[in-house]
Amino acid sequence: MLRAPLLRGSGTKTVTRRKHKTFRQSSRVTAIRSYHESKPMLIRKSPELRYSQVTPRAAYLNRRHFLAAGIGGLAALRQAKAGAKLSASKSSFSTSEPLTPLEAITHYNNFYEFGTDKEDPSKNAYKLKTSPWTVKVEGAVAKSTVLDLDAIFKIAPLEERIYRHRCVERWSMVIPWIGFPLNALLKKVDPTAKAKYVAFESLYDSKSMLPSAFAGINFPYIEGLRMDEAMHPLTLLAVGLYGENLPNQDGAPIRLVVPWKYGYKSIKSIVKIKLVEKEPPTTWNLSASNEYGFYSNVNPERDHPRWSQTKERRIGEFRLRDTVKFNGYGDQVASLYNGMDLIRKYY
Amino acid sequence: MNKVLSSRWAKVLLFALCLLPLLLLIWRFYHDQLGANPIENITHKTGDWTIRFLLITLCVTPFRKLLNQPKLARFRRMLGLFAFFYGCLHLMTWVWLDKFFDLHEMWRDVVKRRYITVGMTGFVLLIPLAITSTAGWVRRLGFVRWQRLHRLVYFSALAGVIHYYWLVKSDVRLPLLYAGILAILLIYRLPGWLRSTEPRPQGSVAHR
Repeated sequence: MLRAPLLRGSGTKTVTRRKHKTFRQSSRVTAIRSYHESKPMLIRKSPELRYSQVTPRAAYLNRRHFLAAGIGGLAALRQAKAGAKLSASKSSFSTSEPLTPLEAITHYNNFYEFGTDKEDPSKNAYKLKTSPWTVKVEGAVAKSTVLDLDAIFKIAPLEERIYRHRCVERWSMVIPWIGFPLNALLKKVDPTAKAKYVAFESLYDSKSMLPSAFAGINFPYIEGLRMDEAMHPLTLLAVGLYGENLPNQDGAPIRLVVPWKYGYKSIKSIVKIKLVEKEPPTTWNLSASNEYGFYSNVNPERDHPRWSQTKERRIGEFRLRDTVKFNGYGDQVASLYNGMDLIRKYY
Repeated sequence: MNKVLSSRWAKVLLFALCLLPLLLLIWRFYHDQLGANPIENITHKTGDWTIRFLLITLCVTPFRKLLNQPKLARFRRMLGLFAFFYGCLHLMTWVWLDKFFDLHEMWRDVVKRRYITVGMTGFVLLIPLAITSTAGWVRRLGFVRWQRLHRLVYFSALAGVIHYYWLVKSDVRLPLLYAGILAILLIYRLPGWLRSTEPRPQGSVAHR
């Protein structure tokens, strides 16, 4: 029972006390690490402490709301109980680099629909209603369709993909996503010869989200990929991370992950996927076309006009790291861009 | 009111208040409450407080006149120096935690990136003001020249606000708020400037 310890009070204490722990020292973080790293081990050490058992998930993901909510907190708890463990197979695409703690992944987000400060989404994303949810798949396809979450989860077996994530703002993380390749979905709908690009659209709900005028970018958020990028085996539709459903602030219930491109290409909370013939408009490119191109491949050789992209700060580290072209996925994706000027033209 | 403002303790209290943002930052650092990217957080907070203290400093004269509280003037120097202090901290986070003292890199950024160019300009303009903030310097320069020099603070504040406006990605609400406050403070002074370029000797802060 998840509920019992919390109602006794000890759980609540855990929630507040957590605030004072450091990202690196947090015992919970250690728990996450050891949980993760001990998975393939044959000899089992003491009873395993799973990260989801330490603090109820919903309470943890949104402490303030939870503590303030009272009855709402109980509802959140029920939701936490429902939070399904996702079983996923391992992938050879995964990096073995140390994972970024869940705390950072869920409290340092760019999700402008829920506020433009990094911690805003963790406070506001509880307003996102992820069920019922549908994704429309349409455009240049033989079989356009509307998928509900059940259908989405049945498209392909889930895999865990531990990817590096590089934000255009010069920070990076290592995130254990759970999802399936976008190409599995695209093959199901039978793209026609006219399908040259894929356009994505996020949910926009003006009642629960920030107005465009405040965020400074147009909503709904839109993104796009060239067909070969979309079909690339690295390109993931993520439905979870750290072994569970996606937290709202990370783009629940389904988002894109394109690990060799800057984070803003990996559109969150997708409601529409449309296959099109022409390069589709994209949100940040519309906002500042000299700063954010359509391709947006991680590229230390191409400066953002306002800052250098040669280095990055891995969250949790003090020193900066050198940024690697295509975020280190060059062996797999560099050939997609043969002969293209990635600095002046196709940035 | 006058008595409170003239008291020595008023300055001590204000000094402590001005240190609060820094103390809070240090406290939060040691309790790991600066979020996932503490260095970015420190950079933003110290930058924010630099602009705020510049604006607060520019509020002193209008408030002194509007509230008819001449004694307010005795706090102006301290507030200005705190703007400089937070500006130094802000610059240091960049020099140390972002550039790791790589002079070549820093110079390239200063000449290449306009928000850094203008931010650096704003900071450099504050240096002569901080140096000449003492009574001795007012005497040495003579009040008229001293006051003329210290009008640089308007350009520094303007540079700070532009620096902020240029660096945010898309949500310009806060930079615009600062710009609005600065505009009001400058417009308030406009009639005075138009009336005469001669400085008025009365109400000077020079001889405290």
